[in-house]
Amino acid sequence: MSTIVEFDRVGLRYGTGAEILRDLDFRLQRGAFYFLTGPSGAGKTSLLKLLYLAQRPTRGRLRLFDQDLADLPRVALPAFRRRIGVIYQDFRLVGHLSAFDNVALPLHIAGASEEEIDGPVREMLAWVGLADRSSARPATLSGGEQQRVAIARAVIARPELLVADEPTGNVDSDMAKRILYLLGALNRLGTTIVVATHDLSLVAATPGAHLMRLDKGMLVDPTGALRHPPVAEKTQ
Amino acid sequence: MIAALVAATPAERRLLGGTQFKGPTPYVLAIMTFVMVIIAAAGLALAGAARQAAAGAESRFSVQVPGGSDRQEAVVAVLRQVDGVAAVRPVATADMRAMLERWLGPEGAAEDLPLPALVDVDLAPQVQPATVGQAIERRIPGAQFVAQREALAPLTAALRSLGLLAMLLVLLVAAATAAAVVLATLGALVAQRTTIDVMHGIGATDEQIARLFQRRIALDALAGGTVGAVVAGLVLLLLAGTLGAWAQGFNAETLLGPLDIALLALLPILGTILATFVARRAVLRSLGDRL
Repeated sequence: MSTIVEFDRVGLRYGTGAEILRDLDFRLQRGAFYFLTGPSGAGKTSLLKLLYLAQRPTRGRLRLFDQDLADLPRVALPAFRRRIGVIYQDFRLVGHLSAFDNVALPLHIAGASEEEIDGPVREMLAWVGLADRSSARPATLSGGEQQRVAIARAVIARPELLVADEPTGNVDSDMAKRILYLLGALNRLGTTIVVATHDLSLVAATPGAHLMRLDKGMLVDPTGALRHPPVAEKTQ
Repeated sequence: MIAALVAATPAERRLLGGTQFKGPTPYVLAIMTFVMVIIAAAGLALAGAARQAAAGAESRFSVQVPGGSDRQEAVVAVLRQVDGVAAVRPVATADMRAMLERWLGPEGAAEDLPLPALVDVDLAPQVQPATVGQAIERRIPGAQFVAQREALAPLTAALRSLGLLAMLLVLLVAAATAAAVVLATLGALVAQRTTIDVMHGIGATDEQIARLFQRRIALDALAGGTVGAVVAGLVLLLLAGTLGAWAQGFNAETLLGPLDIALLALLPILGTILATFVARRAVLRSLGDRL
């Protein structure tokens, strides 16, 4: 497998504060499934922000899709972002748009016409079980439904890399399993998945997934010894 | 060009949400356009008046013989025989006394006050005024040959200055309009921050985001500008009658020519283009501070 993301002694600090992330040194393989765990405040969301280009590293080298991002001009970032799907912890749906329009947003931004968008969006809404809620505004959807709209929006453009921040944090266990199933299906189609979560049962339920553990801004398992979690092995 | 500014797909129209023309922007732009059109019309009318005054005085001269009011008829007879003089109009002594009375009071009308012989003359086209002046001064000793253009110069200069001042005021109002558009745009950016963050996050370019805001501002400016210009036009029509009485000696109907009216009609369109450009710059500048 080729490398899709490469962190080389990456550090991140906000403003003049202390470093949130320190000396991150790892590679993510194309088409693999990764879980990112760690206690609250460990820096998981900050690491994801680096992955989906909401932040630049304050030191070190970050390569994404074989391109060094440190010196990449700002105008070049949108093209990279279109290759990345993001599921935000707080969904970040656009409140005045329908579920259909929220899901269609990445395709509109990529320049697709109305005719090109209609079929795939309806198909995607059906895939996440929301075919009959396409015209509903986010405020009228349940937390689980909003989560699924956010997932549909993140995957509609078939991203090469999908980054999810606590995608099951606001849903019950049944919905969590369903979401995990959706992510697994997408992974089987070739998308590299990175999921930040506190929920180790998700890790256990995903055989073959890699595990990265962050603590105080550092990867505590840089050797990869924890890649296949003990719980998963015990289950087998 | 305007169509290109406001063109959008249905999805783009839905992206910013809210109701068009809901905020104060179109109303502010309507007021600004109204003020701009009125001031610009005044400036153009003053420039037109200056042009008319200058054109009217171009071939018009006065012949003045100090203390010679009793010789006026003789002076007129001589002037009629000078080559290059097309028309001769003696100014009646009674008119001169009435004018002096207005300036000097009752003493101005005193019979013993010496008056000049004053005759207005129009020169034929292509005639050199200096040659005619020399001929008149040779045939009428003591006569002064004065171009009315010179007498009117301070007036026409004042009219032109007022016209330029009006244009400066139009530019100042345009600058204030631009500032109002910047404030409105920055307010809209804050209100739409979530939408912008989401769009950026999924790969929207600054250009795509700017297009949404510039389109909204363009529609607000076009609506507000049209209303402001129409109301200003009605006010100008109402003023036109009064202006006729006020602008004695001028042809009030031609103070604003077709070109001037076309320029005034263009103001809301120019305002729309200005507002759109300013909004676009404000959005791009603001987004440039983000990653």
